[in-house]
Amino acid sequence: MKENKKRFLKGGLGQLTIPVIAVALLVIFNLIRDPGFFSISITHNNYGNAVLAGNLISIINGASELAILAIGMTLVTAATKGQDISVGAAAAIAGSVFVKVLKSASSISVGTVILAFLCAAVVAMLFGAFNGTLVAVFGIQPMIATLILYTCGRSIAYWINGGATPTVESPIISAIGSFAPGIPIPMPVIIVIVVTILFKLLFHFTSLEILTQSVGINQSAARLNGINTTFIKLLSFILLGVCVAVSGCIGVSRLGLINHETLLLDVEMDAILAVAIGGNSLGGGKFKISGSIIGAYVIQMLTITLYAMKVSSTDVKAYKAIVIVLLVVIGSPVVKQRFQKFMGNLKKGKSETKGVEGA
Amino acid sequence: MQDECLLKLRGIEKSFPGVRALHNVDFTLRKGEIHALMGENGAGKSTLIKILTGVYQMDAGSITIEGESVNIHSPQDAQNKGISTVYQEITLCPNLTVAENMYIGREKSSWVKQKEYETKADEILKSLGIPARSSQQLGSCSLAVQQMVAIARAVDMNCKVLILDEPTSSLDDKEVNMLFSLMRDLKSKGVGIIFVTHFLEQVYEVSDRITVLRNGEFVGEYLTKELPQVQLVAKMMGKELDELNSLSDAEDREEGVGEVLYEAEGLSSTETNPFDFKIRRGEVNGFTGLLGSGRSESVRAIFGADKVNSGKVKINGKPVKITKPIDAMKNGIGYLAEDRKRDGIIPDLSVRENIILALQVMNGFFKPISRSESEAFADEYIKALNIKTASAETPVGSLSGGNQQKVILARWLLTHPDYLILDEPTRGIDVGTKLEIQKLVLKLAKEDVSVTFISSEVEEMLRTCSRLIVMRDRHIVGELKGADLNQAQVMKTIAGGEA
Amino acid sequence: MRRFSKVVALALVLVMALSLCACGAGGKKAGGKITVGVVNNPPSESGYREANVKDMESVFSEANGYELKAFYSIKNDEQLQAAQGFITEGVDYLLISAAETTGWDEVLKKAKEAGIKVYLFDRMIDVDQSLYEAAVVSDMAKEGETAVNWLLDQKLPEYNVIHIQGAMGSDAQIGRTGALDAQFAAGTMKKVVQQTATWDEAEAKKIVESVINSGEDFNVIYAENDGMAKGAVAALDEAGITHGVDGKVVVMGFDCNKWALRELLAKAWNYDGQCSPFQAQIISDLIKSGNAPSSKIIINEEKGFDATTLTQSDIDTYGLGE
Repeated sequence: MKENKKRFLKGGLGQLTIPVIAVALLVIFNLIRDPGFFSISITHNNYGNAVLAGNLISIINGASELAILAIGMTLVTAATKGQDISVGAAAAIAGSVFVKVLKSASSISVGTVILAFLCAAVVAMLFGAFNGTLVAVFGIQPMIATLILYTCGRSIAYWINGGATPTVESPIISAIGSFAPGIPIPMPVIIVIVVTILFKLLFHFTSLEILTQSVGINQSAARLNGINTTFIKLLSFILLGVCVAVSGCIGVSRLGLINHETLLLDVEMDAILAVAIGGNSLGGGKFKISGSIIGAYVIQMLTITLYAMKVSSTDVKAYKAIVIVLLVVIGSPVVKQRFQKFMGNLKKGKSETKGVEGA
Repeated sequence: MQDECLLKLRGIEKSFPGVRALHNVDFTLRKGEIHALMGENGAGKSTLIKILTGVYQMDAGSITIEGESVNIHSPQDAQNKGISTVYQEITLCPNLTVAENMYIGREKSSWVKQKEYETKADEILKSLGIPARSSQQLGSCSLAVQQMVAIARAVDMNCKVLILDEPTSSLDDKEVNMLFSLMRDLKSKGVGIIFVTHFLEQVYEVSDRITVLRNGEFVGEYLTKELPQVQLVAKMMGKELDELNSLSDAEDREEGVGEVLYEAEGLSSTETNPFDFKIRRGEVNGFTGLLGSGRSESVRAIFGADKVNSGKVKINGKPVKITKPIDAMKNGIGYLAEDRKRDGIIPDLSVRENIILALQVMNGFFKPISRSESEAFADEYIKALNIKTASAETPVGSLSGGNQQKVILARWLLTHPDYLILDEPTRGIDVGTKLEIQKLVLKLAKEDVSVTFISSEVEEMLRTCSRLIVMRDRHIVGELKGADLNQAQVMKTIAGGEA
Repeated sequence: MRRFSKVVALALVLVMALSLCACGAGGKKAGGKITVGVVNNPPSESGYREANVKDMESVFSEANGYELKAFYSIKNDEQLQAAQGFITEGVDYLLISAAETTGWDEVLKKAKEAGIKVYLFDRMIDVDQSLYEAAVVSDMAKEGETAVNWLLDQKLPEYNVIHIQGAMGSDAQIGRTGALDAQFAAGTMKKVVQQTATWDEAEAKKIVESVINSGEDFNVIYAENDGMAKGAVAALDEAGITHGVDGKVVVMGFDCNKWALRELLAKAWNYDGQCSPFQAQIISDLIKSGNAPSSKIIINEEKGFDATTLTQSDIDTYGLGE
């Protein structure tokens, strides 16, 4: 423990350097632009609850679905050296199932919401198992395997919805997607915290972390050490399925509406980016869940910053792309090496000049 | 004398953060000589070669090529100055043809037509006696031929200095001989060859001169024929070899007296023919045979590493089913795989994580080994096996080969196996570690652990095993014990000289 | 475990296959009826399209003396092939809502040679007007004008507008943006922010949130579809800002989904502009009358609904979806 702390101080944040620097830069940039950018106020919403408001809340709240997906995506990336590009479509399916079950109930109680979520989770896990089977059993490259669900997932969601965009009205649903009475923190934020803790517990009470990393780094060696590599890969997809269900249900609950075309549209790319910005290798292996979560907040902070700057709507994506390219390039091994070399030279130069002075 | 000198390195210094890799190292290569660069792992061989090939920049010192002082900035630069390297791992593209591999990335301005360079390539291959056609896909050639193609590519680039880094470690004897005749041929053409290897016999077979490094320092340069093998080892290790001798005393070993621990009848996998095998408690046996004889495949079948097709297996007399590694592990079998990089280490994970991996898998998914427990295990074995690492949290991939091997050994020792299979545990590691591993095997046997020990160095097996199973063409062709355990008898059995 | 996962995989494949089949459609051959071949986008495209497909099916029904053959695809080349097929089969009329505006010359010429009359609906095609009888289309620009005129009629003391746009470059976005842009240019309304949410509800919510956080004043939300208006309203609700009739912020949406019209009826929103998917009756009337239409381009009459005058029967008649 002590040694850890020492290394932390000495070597910096390691894998988390880039995402933390990105957050810091965005914070500084916004504070210069508008010193009140991160101020938090308490307002009363239209249902009479006292709630927190402000850009910081918007960022943390808005990134919830992305953060949860990033957790699952990190696991899949680590175990399979590839990414699941069907998470958006699968979330639309999960959301549709959620709404379908809710609408078939005569009245919406906490019990029906839990039942609806469990149904959504089971369906999402089954689709995860489908992707996982293609990857783990049939050895198909993850991006290709998940391309199938990416292509047809939203059609399946449409089919479940029976067309159009069904809506659900219920105080319980709006509590999940927005604020619960008496709690000033947005519910999605609380759900992210809960999911993160659950995953931390999973890592604590199982050997999932080391097994997943071993499979991702050296599958052949992992197999010869008795690891069931098929199971580990399949499991990563099923766990991602759980994450998909949670974020799908949050997305639906925010507005009480399921639009299979737009729910979490393009989120797969953001989720993959969050994993990368978090300093995790997209080539699998070692991973840090916390990195990916921070990565998700970086992406959201960037979006909100651009909105706040009123960047013209057509340009937002381009600006986002520029910043992300910068982040990814800065985090690349080539730049890291150069930087280390540069720092090394700097130090050497310093000590040399000192030497001269001394003489 | 002076004009013969091709390459001269003087006073080379190189440091990495926290480590001094080279200190005041000299090296001289003459025209038309094969010069072995020797040293244990971590002696500085790789660093010196990387400086020569422009991968690293030296901190101080001088390099002269044919009397002209030079600086080598990059691998490209080294190539332009006539220094070419062929590595242990083939760095060519297996899915291109031989000719394409020989010319890829070289044609500067004009686009040489395919036919044209196929003809050119064929000429060179023929002149060097390399058995390959230029239009053939490189991947379809044997590893030895691939290596020779890499050499041919270097030769065709008018190289004056050819560096061969562990070129023989994945070749069998015949292929090694082919390579050696190519090396002698190049030598007669005036090329200077720097030969890096772990195989002492090969050094004596082919080299003219030997330079020894130890702990990053220059020990000395010797004419091969004037330096006895024992002395070479002594110079590399920096101590006299009482230990080596003490080991070979262990001749009073008999076939294990304990009861039979493991017994297989008609065992076969997708890679082997059915075979019978048994081992007693506390016995050390070995599988020997040429590369490809099926010795590794047999032990893989025992461990369930390949798909098992048939066979009855008993452990302690009770029938068990072993179809995959975890079955074997649960029955007390450990397996150190032949290819450390591919099947052994998880390079990005720490030494600690690598050590506890197998035990963790055996404990099961829901019983993770706690951090403090795993730290204790790691510390214990780092100490016990004298693993040289900065800390338990260092990624295992950054350790030297010998220390990586010790980590994997620790991994299996931690599972407290009844039966430990070690496939080439000493390959590519330094002499000191080799000795340590051999001693460890004998110690385990005393503690009643059964060990199967495979090595391509027969001598090593003769020193440790009380019974040798000889294989040829995927069949067991003999079993040697007692008085038959000598080099001549082994060779005879391998070659089929009996009857 | 392994067997189980294989069964699951198989089941999933079946589910997917079924869902894909659900998009297909067929027709029966019957004598003495007017055969109509419809080439359309698939109902899964949007709520609008679903209503459009249902409208076609109910108007060109056997009870009304029609035999309907329909083909749905979002791919232009598949649509072209289907149209070709209908011509070969010898339908009496060909109705087209094309995926792309180009590439239709050949097919329409063949239809003309075969004496088949062509009606375009919902979407225009880049061909000579002589190749079709009439095109029944929505005028998106007019939808925008109707909405903006309604907004001007509200006589608000000032207009501080949050403008949430659809996917940039789509017909609906261009049409519905135009009228409002003119007001911004003329200075009669103030543009607080103009952003695209690409039809995404959640994105619309974030845009409005960011304006609220900046503390800027606004009293109109002009969202180019219902979903984005809903997203915007969610942001208002969280921030405790009143909206709708008697509220601080005027909320405007488009498309007339039933659920959106119900928001109007509850006076939580102020205005919803129609984008009518109901072109079948107009075409049927033209076919039955036998007369050539007076103009090649027929603009489908579209309404705008005001929360203060909306009735339940309006919702039943004009609302899309459920």
